[in-house]
Amino acid sequence: MGTKVNLDRRNFLIGGVAAGVAGVTVAAIHDGELGAPPQTIRGSVPWKEGTADAPPGATGSGYVYFTTVEAAFIEAAVGRLIPNDPVGPGGVEANVPFFLDRQLAGPFGRGDHYFLGGPWPKGTPEQGYQSRFSPAQLYRAAIVAIDQYVGANLGAAAFSALATADQDKLLKGLESGDVKLDGGVDSKSFFAMLLQNTKEGYFSDPIYGGNKDMGAWKMIGFPGAHYDYKEWVSRHGERVPYPTVGFKGRPGWTEGS
Amino acid sequence: MTTTLKPVDAVLVGFGWTGAIMGQQLCDAGLSVVALERGPWRDTATDFATGFAQDELRYMWRHHLFQNVADDTLTIRNNVNQDALPMRRLGSFLLGTGVGSGGVHWNGQIWRFLPTDFLTKSHNQQRYGKKAVSDNDLTVQDWGITYDQLEPFYDQFDKLCGTSGKAGNLRGEILPGGNPFEGPRSYEYPTPPMPQTYGPTLFGKAAAELGRHPFPHPTGNMSEAYTNPLGVQMGACTYCGFCEKFGCGNYSKASPQTTVLPYLLRKSNFTLKTECEVLRVELTPDKKRATGVTYVNSAGEEFFQPAEMVILSAYVLQNVRLLLLSGIGKPYDPKTGEGVVGKNYAYQTMSSVNVFFDDKIINPFIGAGALATVIDDFNGDNFDHGGLGFIGGAYIAGMVTGGRPIEMIYTPEGTPAWGLEWKHAAAKNYLRSFSLSIHGSCMSARGNYLDLDPTYRDIHGRPMLRMTFDFTQNDHKMSNYLTDRAAEVAKAMNPREIKLNRRTGSWNVTPYQTTHNTGGAIMGDSPKNSVVNKYLQSWDVPNVFSMGAGAFPQNAGYNPTATLAALAYLSADAIKSQYLKAPGPLVRG
Repeated sequence: MGTKVNLDRRNFLIGGVAAGVAGVTVAAIHDGELGAPPQTIRGSVPWKEGTADAPPGATGSGYVYFTTVEAAFIEAAVGRLIPNDPVGPGGVEANVPFFLDRQLAGPFGRGDHYFLGGPWPKGTPEQGYQSRFSPAQLYRAAIVAIDQYVGANLGAAAFSALATADQDKLLKGLESGDVKLDGGVDSKSFFAMLLQNTKEGYFSDPIYGGNKDMGAWKMIGFPGAHYDYKEWVSRHGERVPYPTVGFKGRPGWTEGS
Repeated sequence: MTTTLKPVDAVLVGFGWTGAIMGQQLCDAGLSVVALERGPWRDTATDFATGFAQDELRYMWRHHLFQNVADDTLTIRNNVNQDALPMRRLGSFLLGTGVGSGGVHWNGQIWRFLPTDFLTKSHNQQRYGKKAVSDNDLTVQDWGITYDQLEPFYDQFDKLCGTSGKAGNLRGEILPGGNPFEGPRSYEYPTPPMPQTYGPTLFGKAAAELGRHPFPHPTGNMSEAYTNPLGVQMGACTYCGFCEKFGCGNYSKASPQTTVLPYLLRKSNFTLKTECEVLRVELTPDKKRATGVTYVNSAGEEFFQPAEMVILSAYVLQNVRLLLLSGIGKPYDPKTGEGVVGKNYAYQTMSSVNVFFDDKIINPFIGAGALATVIDDFNGDNFDHGGLGFIGGAYIAGMVTGGRPIEMIYTPEGTPAWGLEWKHAAAKNYLRSFSLSIHGSCMSARGNYLDLDPTYRDIHGRPMLRMTFDFTQNDHKMSNYLTDRAAEVAKAMNPREIKLNRRTGSWNVTPYQTTHNTGGAIMGDSPKNSVVNKYLQSWDVPNVFSMGAGAFPQNAGYNPTATLAALAYLSADAIKSQYLKAPGPLVRG
């Protein structure tokens, strides 16, 4: 919360979102639930014209969180998690690394929705995430640890310097937990987070920086942010001909259309 | 420094479904009521407008409407021999916060429990013998009320929500098109059932061919425009496929915002305070009476709100924690089986079957929270459990709530989770697959309970709640049997292939299962076996009432909302007709 901005819905839909929420993306907002001032409500439903809890889209270009070394790892890994081919875009082609950068630079990366307090004993697999690291810290520590592992065991300078077959093999080792990492990094936890975040960047609305040109949605046939399918409910088995659309519209949308 | 405020007749702790219902009922009876909600104010037009409500990343994966575990979480373990550790990230269940709470981001699946579900112990014992209700350390109990006693209040909630559906049992007459296994309803649903999309239609056809009894899922997603008895209007659902985890931008999903608040907020005897978290219920020195609640707001200011009645209307886990923190009732001890607060925590036993077609376009993105065709043939005691080794059951639903691509892409058995093979499977199957949901009961057991954690504390310095839980052998057997029944229907649809996602192993906090936590403040017929009486009134402190699914002695194979809402109406009715005339225990312990 705390992100309510004046917002003209039409401008928002047509592409004013970046301007509307500029500064929100990487600014220190705590979008948790105890961030707003206390309010006493009596007599009517409070409502203010032109206000909306607008989504915090990504802005700018280039990396603001990843270092050059980290970016090399991320681009290589995302390219293997979702490779590019004629069926649909790869993770890199869909701008997932940029999405990850903005996510890690913001509230998600800071762990604003994680409980990170101690103590931090190792838990059972059923107890889930038990690291002291916020997501941004985990990425940072994991990339160092993986490149160290590569240097010590695979004779290359970094993960990004490996042949793709070897990258796949190492990623599988992280996924299964067979590859053990230094620096207090649980390889399975990191891989699970990286894969989840990669799919988030691939399939989320393009306002967050990934899913470039809605290519991932087009690949699977998801029409995007439509909100009325009433006339198609009973038309079983037919392809819905709606063009793919995101919050900021789609190519071909113009003022007044 | 605590500021003491002007006394009120009733204070509501938490403002989701039960808070809204109790607020409306008690204000209409003329009481002065203050509701304290620890989360923010939320309103359809501002917070989940149709221009940006369909945002899977923000709401589902970044938890924008959910409780923030950074501020408050609980600790978890599977059994008493483990050390409980904090749930550091939401996963298995997605807790609500803010005005409307889980009532904002639920699916709108509106179910009544079966008449025999209220008699879990006595009915099953009579039909299957004593072992059936005590093996596997089960601690199931009867509720202390019957379906017939609750029915008028189920009906009241249906009318509030405008529930869309088709009655299967109208005053004892079995009607075609509805659920023939349901308890008798006094009235037909307020609005007709939703039309079914392709997936649920295929499921219903296959189920009927197998001799099952398919019917449309009863739903709080409106099939048509509706005006409820409070004069609040809802619009017809547009099937956008963003219900659960999302607010409805279209005023089509029943929630406190769309059914109660426009009416309640106009009443001069009602006040809602947001960003105000209750720390504890204050008691007189003899602990026989509550004097009010102490709360702290987001500015850090502390207040004492005196009240004649304290209504705990927060989520199950918060209500139980407040009872424990305030010293109301004797905490449960799993070693001795004595004590009641925290006893019989239960959950929901979920599994699913994915169905893949080559030749059928399912269009999963056309969805709604309760858009499903269901069979209830294997729920509760609707079938003979003789020789099966378990009690309870599940509904099986051919359900398409949406096709949100981060969460809901199904890939065939053996598909890796990443790489080209995964991408190709996603591209091939997204439009041509859907899932059957097996929504199973969860029987309470001796080792499953809630208490206060000895190590971890919240931002206010209070002990976190500690959850000790695992699925019992009873529930594993039930879930396997029910998953096989679902697979039969799946195969009868003649798909290319199916994939069974069985409920295996211990309860795991990471994958989302369902936000149907129950028990811990259970109702019953005696202070020896329960925290509250059949009117949800504390046996120990009679001016404290504890709402919600915490009252369920075990969980049935249905979504809990209608039952907990009906219990709130029943409680309000008893308060208005009996308690206000003679404040004190409504049932002698």
